[in-house]
Amino acid sequence: MTSRAQDFGALFDPKGVIVAGASTHPGKFGFVALHNLLAAGYKGNVFATNLEGAPVLGVDTVADVDDLPDGEADLVFVCTPAKTNIDLLRKCAAKGVRAAFLTSAGYGEAGPEGKAAQDELVRVANELDILLAGPNGQGVISTPASMCAQIVAPYPPAGRIGIASQSGNFVSSFMNYARHYGVGVSRAVSAGNAAAVTVPDFLDFYADDPETDVGLAYVEGIADGRAFFERMRSVAERMPLVVVKGGASDVGARAAASHTGSLATDDRVFDGACRQAGVVRAATIEEAYEAAATFATQPLPKGPNVCVVSTAGGWGVVTADAISRTRGLRLLPLPDDLKAELDRHLPPRWSRNNPIDMAGGETKDTIPTVLETAARHPAVDAVVFLGMGIQGNQGRMEQEGPFYPDHGLERIVGYHERQDRRFTETAAALSKDVGKPILTATELAITDRDNPAVAGCRDSGQMCYGSANRAVTALDHLWSYAGYRRRRSD
Amino acid sequence: MPTLSEADSKQLLAAHGVPVLTERTVSSADEAARAATEIGFPVVAKLCGAAIAHKTERGLVRLALADEAAVRAATTDLLAAARPEDGEVAVLLAPMVSGTRELIAGLADDPTFGRTVMLGVGGILAEAVGDVTFRLVPITAADAEDMIDDLVTRRLFGPFRGEPPIDRTKVTDVLIGLSDAAVAHPEIVSADVNPLIVVDGAPVAVDALVEVDA
Repeated sequence: MTSRAQDFGALFDPKGVIVAGASTHPGKFGFVALHNLLAAGYKGNVFATNLEGAPVLGVDTVADVDDLPDGEADLVFVCTPAKTNIDLLRKCAAKGVRAAFLTSAGYGEAGPEGKAAQDELVRVANELDILLAGPNGQGVISTPASMCAQIVAPYPPAGRIGIASQSGNFVSSFMNYARHYGVGVSRAVSAGNAAAVTVPDFLDFYADDPETDVGLAYVEGIADGRAFFERMRSVAERMPLVVVKGGASDVGARAAASHTGSLATDDRVFDGACRQAGVVRAATIEEAYEAAATFATQPLPKGPNVCVVSTAGGWGVVTADAISRTRGLRLLPLPDDLKAELDRHLPPRWSRNNPIDMAGGETKDTIPTVLETAARHPAVDAVVFLGMGIQGNQGRMEQEGPFYPDHGLERIVGYHERQDRRFTETAAALSKDVGKPILTATELAITDRDNPAVAGCRDSGQMCYGSANRAVTALDHLWSYAGYRRRRSD
Repeated sequence: MPTLSEADSKQLLAAHGVPVLTERTVSSADEAARAATEIGFPVVAKLCGAAIAHKTERGLVRLALADEAAVRAATTDLLAAARPEDGEVAVLLAPMVSGTRELIAGLADDPTFGRTVMLGVGGILAEAVGDVTFRLVPITAADAEDMIDDLVTRRLFGPFRGEPPIDRTKVTDVLIGLSDAAVAHPEIVSADVNPLIVVDGAPVAVDALVEVDA
């Protein structure tokens, strides 16, 4: 382990945390930071400073870091005013602190004076050999350490996505999605002013982090594009990396002598740099989360051929349309042997083509049987699975209606719920077994996350997509990444 | 920023594998007539000089010259159209080629990312359509392949209106050639290969303009 990796260890897996500037006022960041750290169940040592030494949330505080024990904390989470922080860092270093996260404002974002203070902060941190995150950042999350050192909510479920962002708000957005969909996060950090440690630095750490399988980043205002490109390419060689960029429409066509120059808008050049680096570029925050969640939970497709399995017609049709609009995916024309095999399980009125529309001809085991038959066929590289949750949705209506539990409703509702849950759990297990992506999509993932089909996905560690279009977009990102890697390993 | 003449631009890029037409530079009607006969009719005549960047706008391109008389007349006209600020000029003669499909390729210098290679769908609507893709210099063969697949209208690379499919390798050679030229010549600020006409499935640079650092 390099010493830099050890410093990142102090940030993400500290043996103890000092909350500097803990407040007794529940409206202050210094209170919220300590609250969130304790509420998420951080297992290491927790210390706090408070000017009056007043206890906060049951934690005894000290007025001065000098009064803390030596070597018991390696991260300081700073909520104190900028002017006190140099002194604070020196005292923390003397106590064995190796990393600091600064939420304090009044630095580079605050004019020339703030910029000077920031430069001094970086200089002192370097002198003390302290990893400096922020300032003006929102916080740091590390689920392996049950750590929520952050001045805002939420704390996400544990998972394999590593988040780094130039905007704290989007760290929250990504983690709110993680809470909703259940595909969780390993580490998350807002780079704040990124005075010393930048978004690429965090991603570089994630790429070698055994807790992280995929990177998810928000960037804006890139200063040195060439250096950024080289870092991103190096990260993407080690793990899938999903990037969303703000300010894409900042600069339109430039005045240029050449046609090529006038066509070379910022956005097109950034897009080309991402493709060249093997970085997955998402258009929106939700698309970025969903792509990252898919990389974290599904195997990479080995080819572009998608099979759509649906319990009803319309869903399949629009999904086929979505596939035809993608850059790389292809709606697989059903091979004859697969048709013949499906004929054995479905009534004669089934679609006999892709999308496989089961046309309501289901017995108790039809859906899992058809899904498995399609997923196992060697010509199929990925499956989009639609129409789940209908039975559970009817069950919910019956359960909430005036007749429940009489008239046999209790029994049938239980059956519906078990079936829906079984269908999506089967999809998740089958995906692992055959090593192919199987993406379940239904709007119930958004409108009723307690629906048993949706819960079945979540409890199996998979994402249930809010629409087939979104599943197709995520799958297209997976295939484009897999294709990029394949073309470069031949 | 100064530009190289069309002939010098093409020579520079051709040295790195960008396919250009066999061309002759002449400075009189007699010379033009002889050269055109050797090239074979029909030919194109253009006034060429380091200071001339936008020939079409100034009417300095004469297409489909079918015989010696037409070549003589066009050459005389073009030489007479030269302005003092054009500096040293000559007439460039090239075979008249035609193809339904036109591509555009080039180099540009991005303030954030540095020099880039471009491929796009060309023709007079190129800038309005904007079906273009970029990579950072230098590129690999795999990058060049990906660039073709980036184009929304990549279907144009298949068989088209009785013409054979575009030879992808010949297109990637153009892109790699541009990248190589940029590496070998740090002074290149931009390059336009426009149009890159597809003749019998193979791209050929019909015009080129290289811009260099002063």
